Amino acid sequence: MTDAEELRNRTRELLAAHPPASTDRLDFLRARFDAGLAWVHYPQGLGGLGAPRSLQAVVDAELEAAGAPDNDPRRIGIGLGMAAPTILQYGTEEQKRRFLRPLWTGEEVWCQLFSEPGAGSDLAALGTRAVREGEDWVVNGQKVWTSSAHVARWAILIARTDPDVPKHRGITYFVCDMTDPGVEVRPLRQVTGEAEFNEVFLTGVRIPDARRLGEIGDGWKVAQTTLNNERVAIGGMRLPREGGMIGPISKTWRERPELRTHDLHQRLLKLWVESEVSRLTAERLRQQLVAGQPGPEGAGMKLAFARLNQEISGLEVELLGEEGLLYDDWTMRRPELVDFTGREAGYRYLRSKGNSIEGGTSEVLLNIVAERVLGLPPEPRTDKDVAWKDLAR
Amino acid sequence: MSDLLYSEEEEALRSAVRDLLTDHCDAPGVIARTESGTPHHLALWKALTDGMGLAGLLVPEELDGQGATHREVAVVMEELGRAVAPVPYLTSAVVATEALLACGTDDLLRDLATGTTIGALAVALNVAPGAAYRVVRHEDGLLHGELTGIADAAVADVLLVPADDGGLYAVDATTATVTPQTSLDLTRPLATVTLAGVQGRLLGDAEPAVRRALRAGAGLLASEQFGLAEWTLTETVRYLRERKQFNRPVGGFQSIKHRLAQLWLEVVNTRAAARNAADALANGDDVDMAVTVAQAYAAPVAVHAAEEALQLHGGIGMTWEHPVHLYLKRAKADSIAYGTPGAHREALAALADLQAP
Repeated sequence: MTDAEELRNRTRELLAAHPPASTDRLDFLRARFDAGLAWVHYPQGLGGLGAPRSLQAVVDAELEAAGAPDNDPRRIGIGLGMAAPTILQYGTEEQKRRFLRPLWTGEEVWCQLFSEPGAGSDLAALGTRAVREGEDWVVNGQKVWTSSAHVARWAILIARTDPDVPKHRGITYFVCDMTDPGVEVRPLRQVTGEAEFNEVFLTGVRIPDARRLGEIGDGWKVAQTTLNNERVAIGGMRLPREGGMIGPISKTWRERPELRTHDLHQRLLKLWVESEVSRLTAERLRQQLVAGQPGPEGAGMKLAFARLNQEISGLEVELLGEEGLLYDDWTMRRPELVDFTGREAGYRYLRSKGNSIEGGTSEVLLNIVAERVLGLPPEPRTDKDVAWKDLAR
Repeated sequence: MSDLLYSEEEEALRSAVRDLLTDHCDAPGVIARTESGTPHHLALWKALTDGMGLAGLLVPEELDGQGATHREVAVVMEELGRAVAPVPYLTSAVVATEALLACGTDDLLRDLATGTTIGALAVALNVAPGAAYRVVRHEDGLLHGELTGIADAAVADVLLVPADDGGLYAVDATTATVTPQTSLDLTRPLATVTLAGVQGRLLGDAEPAVRRALRAGAGLLASEQFGLAEWTLTETVRYLRERKQFNRPVGGFQSIKHRLAQLWLEVVNTRAAARNAADALANGDDVDMAVTVAQAYAAPVAVHAAEEALQLHGGIGMTWEHPVHLYLKRAKADSIAYGTPGAHREALAALADLQAP
């Protein structure tokens, strides 16, 4: 059993052996991982110590106070939030040792090859095929909405390995090497003008069977681990008061009295209250997790996050009046990280439109809350017992 | 950061209160009582106060109270809200008690703590914590005037009356004329209090006592609103899983599922906001902000939950015998009690430095 005192001592030993001021950033991160202080709830040898997850805060506080570098979770969000927990749960020992360390230090960036042009919310309808050839799988198909594909070294991929069974059953989960021949990444320009997303074309890509995660045909179950972690990662950040989208608009309101109107004031106050209450709900959820009593509130956090971001950024554009008619920059570029809050109000307004689509649409999430939390009847399913190859497309 | 969870002791308290309410406060009984001349359930009040000592939660032990905090009171309020219980708990054990705590009036606090005496602050129920309130005339040592909208005055033994000399006076309710008003909320009825030259005992300055009492009332009302909203949601979900139309459970239609999921989100948020207000009142940190945010948020949610419950129950929801109307009337009245959401947002503008144009 590892307690807070022991973790504090271990952290101080790490800092003494690798003083942040005189240690290379990457060297420090590797040493931190090897000391089991990367994610303390992970097993020993894999960046953790098998300690309670809540004790990570003890380590983080010590490191922050000492000015230690962090692994820039924003830049490696998909790897940290989705790939890592899936590899931890379903990977072989060899896979865990190969992938987790460079993932955590940020040396290797990950992306997620799930969605397809014909399989978004109906993700299990996906048509990318993986066919076994000896020790390899040969993959052909097209993925879409892939953030960070242009900078990623690895991808988590789901593909159809058996078209003769119903759609949820014939899927298998792989780790795909983005540098392999046959992987082509094309930017997909978005409403914001930039290309944060990509299309990914997979043509005869050979993936060794050793890079399969979980059993053949069990990919849907494995993907659930990824998706559940994704939603927590998107909606569950801990924020100070005015820490989210409500921050910039409140600042503008205080600094620019000439922009104020009574109508905008009423709407701002209402959104301010909702932001604060949403923050309290996230905090309550965090306290429940620490106390070992996770609640279902997480299912709703992303819904609230999406709606508030959209309403607040929409109001902000309006507040700016004549300036709201302008846009900071339409240049097509390919950013390295997903940034909801950066740039100006017009960008925030347009980018936040994606918040109710990416990581599960709000409509699908409302179904999930209704069925899993409230126990209401599931949506009627006409494709449940039909082989994937016989579905109308 | 405030503690937003419930302790084991608080959960035990909740169970005890809920058991009592299940046994002694069923909806048909509440409805029947509202049609009688005595809408309040005084036997239940006796069980809550005599039996469980709940009227004295906020009163120190040396004054025969429980020496507990607003966190425990909030749990009681949640349960009373779930049952739309017609007892003067919020008005006597919270609002009047807080006013007396501000004045340091030990003998009356002892009486209120045991529940043998019911107190009511003679300020209209709709007054927000920072807003103006009516006072009576203090002349030649006697009090003269009329006050309206006084919640639970019909069962009060002692009225705490603000007067034009800045004092707060305790008035024996038998010396006043208390006339019931026909109220929207049948379970927390209002009354007119007329003082025709009656004796009052000076308790202290009215201003700080009234402010403190209304602030606690507003903050803890959020817990009642949470309990009420949670009950209406749970009951509606239960009904819609069973009720069939077009050969399917009504709760299986996506438009209905989305409405209920949306409501669930609002109810979950309300619990966090109400817990935060209760914790702030208990610990004295950031109280004005926590209470204002909780009231601005919880009041519309409770109304929305009750309105959805009525609509989704269909025709049965419009009947007198189904209890959803009790919840709708309480929720709507609660949204005006201790300040409307708009009044709280106005207060927030100053607290959050978001000034009006």
